[in-house]
Amino acid sequence: MAIVSIPTAVASSARPLKSRRRVRMRLPAALALLPTALIVLVVYIGCMLWTVRLSFTSSTLLPKLDWVGFAQYSRLFMNDRFLVSAENILIFGTLFVSGCLILGFLLAVFIDQNVRAEGVLRTIFLYPYAMSFVVTGVAWQWFLNPGLGLQKLVRDMGFENFTFDWLVNQEMAIYTIVIAGLWHGAGLTMAILLAGLRGVDADLWKAARVDGIPTWRVYLSVVLPLLRPMVVTATVLLATGVVKLYDLVVAMTLGGPGIATEVPAKFVMDHLFERNNIALGTAAATIMLITVVVILAPWVYAKYVRPQGRPA
Amino acid sequence: MSLKTRVSTYTLSVALIWSSGAFAQKAEVLHWWTSAGESAAVKVFADQYAKTGGTWVDNAIAGGANARAAGINRIVGGNPPTMMQFNTGKQFDELVTNDLVRDVETAAKAGKWREIMPKPIVEATVRDGKFYAVPVNIHGQNWLFYNTKLLKDAGVEPPKTFPELIETGERLKAKGVIPLALGGQPNWEHNLFRAVLVGSGGADLFRSVYGKRDTKAAKSAEFKEVAELFGKMRSLVDPGSPGRNWNDAAALVITDKAAMHFNGDWAKGEFTAAGQTAGKEYGCTIVGKDPRLVIGGDVFVFPATKDKDQLAAQDKLAEVLLDPATQLEFNKKKGSIPVRLDVDVSSMDICAQKSASVLKNPENQVEAMELLSTPNFSGAMQDAVTQYWNNPNMSADAFVEKVTAAMQSAS
Repeated sequence: MAIVSIPTAVASSARPLKSRRRVRMRLPAALALLPTALIVLVVYIGCMLWTVRLSFTSSTLLPKLDWVGFAQYSRLFMNDRFLVSAENILIFGTLFVSGCLILGFLLAVFIDQNVRAEGVLRTIFLYPYAMSFVVTGVAWQWFLNPGLGLQKLVRDMGFENFTFDWLVNQEMAIYTIVIAGLWHGAGLTMAILLAGLRGVDADLWKAARVDGIPTWRVYLSVVLPLLRPMVVTATVLLATGVVKLYDLVVAMTLGGPGIATEVPAKFVMDHLFERNNIALGTAAATIMLITVVVILAPWVYAKYVRPQGRPA
Repeated sequence: MSLKTRVSTYTLSVALIWSSGAFAQKAEVLHWWTSAGESAAVKVFADQYAKTGGTWVDNAIAGGANARAAGINRIVGGNPPTMMQFNTGKQFDELVTNDLVRDVETAAKAGKWREIMPKPIVEATVRDGKFYAVPVNIHGQNWLFYNTKLLKDAGVEPPKTFPELIETGERLKAKGVIPLALGGQPNWEHNLFRAVLVGSGGADLFRSVYGKRDTKAAKSAEFKEVAELFGKMRSLVDPGSPGRNWNDAAALVITDKAAMHFNGDWAKGEFTAAGQTAGKEYGCTIVGKDPRLVIGGDVFVFPATKDKDQLAAQDKLAEVLLDPATQLEFNKKKGSIPVRLDVDVSSMDICAQKSASVLKNPENQVEAMELLSTPNFSGAMQDAVTQYWNNPNMSADAFVEKVTAAMQSAS
């Protein structure tokens, strides 16, 4: 958007002849973009509106276009499972994003110390990201299963009283999802931040050394602010992972024990496809959409709307 | 022979060739039978259909929900398969009310389906006095499978009632055996609950809860007793249960680690695959005062079409599916029993024979949840049951409250 709007501003202030040539030059570009624009409008926006519309109906197996007002929403907010799902996504989102950023940053700093076998370590840390969430979930399910994995291993080594049953513990199960998520996502964050670290001007380090500033302080007060664009990129990537969290849960716990690890996306999928309840499923999907919009709105405003008056 | 008759004979013979060609038409069948035993079973149908001259195009989609979603999308989109699988029950209700599937009443009348099939199955397939699907099998859902050796070693008999089962379980536990192997996923926890409900609470209570959604029944003393028995069974399950697949649970019984396992008769496939025989290494029984068997199964529906070849293929398929020999062969592979109770089952395994003899008495036939309740209410019940099962601190009263809430809010 921003890129397109700048030439427009220039063109309008130039002479008419020049502007016509600009239009002619931009025509192929506009044509090339047209299919994408159509897909965005029809498929994405269209489906979103359709979803919102369906959430105000009483559709069950097949879509039905009646109007029941906010009945599905009041049902939704009385539903134990949806409330638990909402709480879980909050816990997961906060811990996953912040955890990946912290862990990724520490890993990046560690690799940036000119360690030996850097290539190997980088590959090892990034490797989990190459796996699908389903594989990740199944692997961690086995690893954390009290009768098969870690707990049994440590007990077999002679520590009879060792207990690590978070996976089957209602209170703690959601944190095992966070652990698996961190294992999966920290490597990617590391790769992004490491690229940023490598871009930091060596002179800055020399200057800091001359001033006698401790290394950790340089990282925190000088390097980290310079990495802001990378941190933003990583956060956006991780945040999309939070919203669509589904396959990891299905593979690892299937929402259990009980409903302890249910998440909104699973609520939507179950109600749409297993429980013949399109209306309630779309109502939950609409709530997810609204939440994302509410979180993104201030950022979009700050980034695109507010600075428009000022020169870039 | 005049020219006229010669011409008409010619036309007739052409028409005959044409119509026999119609049977060679492709029948695309959408189903979700993808495991080894299941695909062997569906191959019986495919082979029989091929023998009549048709071409069976197999479209297997893994996972019932996925297959149903794909099939319904195609039906609504106007490009339906020739035949599509559903579970016996309410899954295809809206397809019937929207005229998207054909009725098969003519074939049903001709084949006397109402006389040879159990009433719950007939009622689950008939809408407004017409058959809208072809039932192909009966699955019993509340069987108790047990490891004969482990029970013998502990000196106990297979339990006959649920209080007895809990006692037996405690004794087995003292021997260091897992008393009850459970696939700790919400639908299997729910299946266990239904086994307790029908076995201890009885068929009528089962019907009032799932069929009538009677809140009075949920608040009754009998229901509370069921809830308490079910709650006590938590201590019979090993800590590794949550999240476990049902076949892994069955494997615990097969490998002598666990003594008992509730499941539908499809679990027999796991025992058979491990080389075990019913009545020898493992046994099967129904727990409860009377041997009430919760029955469901699978049906095929024929999406509505105007294509004459497809209509002919559908008629042929309906005939093939219910042929007695085909029924026997199919159900041996599937682990279920023939939907026609007039088929001789003496060549089947001992559990199937038991199942068939129990069902001879109509009082023992109890409709499965899928036949009584909408997927939405079943889902809401499942949420309530899994919360109760996984939270030992939740009281039976709190569970009853969740059940009544589910009865009132689910559409």
